[in-house]
Amino acid sequence: MDVHSTTGNTPAVAMHGVTKRFLDNVANDSIDFSVGVGEICALLGENGAGKTTLMNILFGYYGADEGTIEVYGEPRTFTSPREAIAAGIGMVHQHFALVPTHTVLENVVVGTGKGLFLDRAGARSRLEALKERFRLSVPSDAPVWQLSIGEQQKVEILKALYRDSRILIMDEPTAVLSPSETPQLFRTLRTLTSGGRSVIFISHKLHEVMEIADRVVVLRNGQKVHERSTSDTTVQDLSRMMVGHEVRSNRTEPWHTGGATVCRIDGLSVEDDKELPAVDDLVLELREGEILGLAGVSGNGQTELCDALFGMRLPSAGAVRVVDRHGTVRVLEPGRPYAAVAAGMARIPEDRMHTGLMTSLTVEQNLVLESHAAPPWNRHGLLDWAGIGTHAEELIGAYNIRTQSRRERAGSLSGGNLQKVILARELSTNPRLIVASQPTRGLDVGAMESIHARLREERARGAAILLISDDLDEILQLSDRVAVMYEGRIMGEQTGGGIDREQIGLWMSGVVQ
Amino acid sequence: MMAEILSVSFLAGLLAATLRMATPIVLAMLGEIITERAGVLNLGIEGTMLFGAMTGFLVTMSTGSAWLGVLAAAGVGMLLALLMAFLVVFLGLSQHVSGLGITLFATGLSMFVYRLHFGSPTVPPTVTPMTKVAIPLLSRIPIIGPGLFNQYVLTYAAMILIPAVWVLMYRTRIGLTVRTVGENPMAADTVGGNVNLVRTLALVAGGALMGIGGSFLTLAHQNMFLRDVIGGRGWVAVAMVIFGNWNPGRGTIGALMFGLLDGLQLRLQGWGLPIPFDVFLMVPYVLTIFALVSVSRRAAAPAALLKPYRREVRG
Repeated sequence: MDVHSTTGNTPAVAMHGVTKRFLDNVANDSIDFSVGVGEICALLGENGAGKTTLMNILFGYYGADEGTIEVYGEPRTFTSPREAIAAGIGMVHQHFALVPTHTVLENVVVGTGKGLFLDRAGARSRLEALKERFRLSVPSDAPVWQLSIGEQQKVEILKALYRDSRILIMDEPTAVLSPSETPQLFRTLRTLTSGGRSVIFISHKLHEVMEIADRVVVLRNGQKVHERSTSDTTVQDLSRMMVGHEVRSNRTEPWHTGGATVCRIDGLSVEDDKELPAVDDLVLELREGEILGLAGVSGNGQTELCDALFGMRLPSAGAVRVVDRHGTVRVLEPGRPYAAVAAGMARIPEDRMHTGLMTSLTVEQNLVLESHAAPPWNRHGLLDWAGIGTHAEELIGAYNIRTQSRRERAGSLSGGNLQKVILARELSTNPRLIVASQPTRGLDVGAMESIHARLREERARGAAILLISDDLDEILQLSDRVAVMYEGRIMGEQTGGGIDREQIGLWMSGVVQ
Repeated sequence: MMAEILSVSFLAGLLAATLRMATPIVLAMLGEIITERAGVLNLGIEGTMLFGAMTGFLVTMSTGSAWLGVLAAAGVGMLLALLMAFLVVFLGLSQHVSGLGITLFATGLSMFVYRLHFGSPTVPPTVTPMTKVAIPLLSRIPIIGPGLFNQYVLTYAAMILIPAVWVLMYRTRIGLTVRTVGENPMAADTVGGNVNLVRTLALVAGGALMGIGGSFLTLAHQNMFLRDVIGGRGWVAVAMVIFGNWNPGRGTIGALMFGLLDGLQLRLQGWGLPIPFDVFLMVPYVLTIFALVSVSRRAAAPAALLKPYRREVRG
């Protein structure tokens, strides 16, 4: 199907065979992409699918290794954003590029104009006209730090319009907005396109894409896998294309049925760094001898949930109840990391370099990070290094940690071995409860398999495991039960043989049947 | 003693000394403000001033022109700033360590070049210092006239530069770009600003002012080069940047207070009070510490100060 025929004329942007490699990783693999004049085109895909890379190439941030770009029919090569801006391309980044201490006006006009002096009066009248025309109301003289996130996004859009952008790239614009701000953004985008501008809308939320876009391009693992008008496609199609359509993964092992409840997360609500709700009234139950997989596109509250469970972030509501080693139910004291340790929770954080380990300490020191303050390693305030050394040697052997010696600086180990150090530390106490967040992210297949095997062993021992991962294959391979998290809520839950990949994909995209 | 303090000539002299002693601080401070507003802390300031002082002295001595000396001081200040730019802007090294390194390097180099030329003379060689220029009519006003309007050209220049740098920072397009680079370099980059170039140019402009500030001490304030001629004035300038909240006008208030106390302590030393002269020397520096303590809680440094800029690599 010729998707360009809908616009008739030369497309605003046409990218052909664009390839970009980062070291060994092919972020964009020979991608063809185009946007028509007056069109809203969605670029859909999971995290790491290559959407942002492709747009950063269009915006002149990176050069492409291969491929060509045409803007309004003219071949262009951008070596910096300045050239892309001059060609009429504007980009609104997911993390706004604003100066909080400067006013809206200063943020909009920086880098524009001619002559030595700032023409504040001229800039102001131009800005007011744009605000009027596109109904983007923000106070021109307020410092940006006083504005809400939605207003800051308007400043970013005004910045692009002020530079006469005809093609606007919006990188996950709704990710930072509250639900009530989204319709307003969509109205703005429609006003823009009705005036002949083009919008590229990067997203992984299916219902938004269906609502706002004329056409959708789906990327997966750096490749274009799908391209349709939104009127010719369905949410189901898109979801399948986005997460991949390998038939129910080659799972050979049976599903386990959980035993007694070990942990109950009860109505937990957590705010993110911007004080927006990230986890919203979440309820989950973790059972003995069972892996609960929490699927979801990253950025849907998983990080904040983990932080709250680990005691690193104060929840705004709700409680976490844990059955400790002695069988007593206790409410986890919120905001105290040590409470989680004391309750016997094994914590495998997603950021192993910064949260999980201290890379400047040795392997053996890292192995006793949570236990060094108490006997047997600590007697009368002195550390028993001989005992710690023997303990470390045992763990290095048992977990097959590749290190020169136990005195090696942890930072010099490979990613897989760092993760093994964390597993060894956390699992050596035979915890009843394990929370593992993105445990194999960035690891090679070998390391991944050994970590999966370890989690299976822990399940067989009777541990309750919460596996949080944005890798759906990993979730399906390991989990006995799968819950899907979307915008801080559980969309649905499936158990054992009833787990349906397609349904999970839909839930991950926020589609409720 | 009261009568002496209130005498017309004493007050006029003190006023004149205040501006004179504030001149090198103001010049260096303005240089540091421009640099830090772009997100770079230049702790090479003390060494840059010393090297400027030595170079200015040497060039004046061999050419006979103090103005060529000032020009040369600005030139070497710019060269040292380029070295700093290479280390912290392009290599992204620690600004603290690189700046202190440049101060140590420039201090050693100043002494080395000086010795190459003069050996170790028992009486330090001198140049003909710059002369004061009285502004017609204005300099005739009692007290204020001789106090404010009979100064070195560099002092007048420093005073004019204060509002000029303010206008540059807050009323020009370049200034807005510089401040954006210092607050959020990504914001500057995404609107097409060249972050590393802006930072380099800010360093170079600042370095020139630091070099000139140093040369004032060997060409006007004194007429010879001594090892401790800067005497920590570079560090005082850095303190005044913070005291002034990175604003030229407010920083100048601090610099003038320093100048006043520096001028006052010189006079007090001459009265033969039974106090070691070191105590008087200390006074302006003690004030500097108090000034810093009083404002440091609400100091709002440029947000990207100390942070090298690299484009993120994102998947």
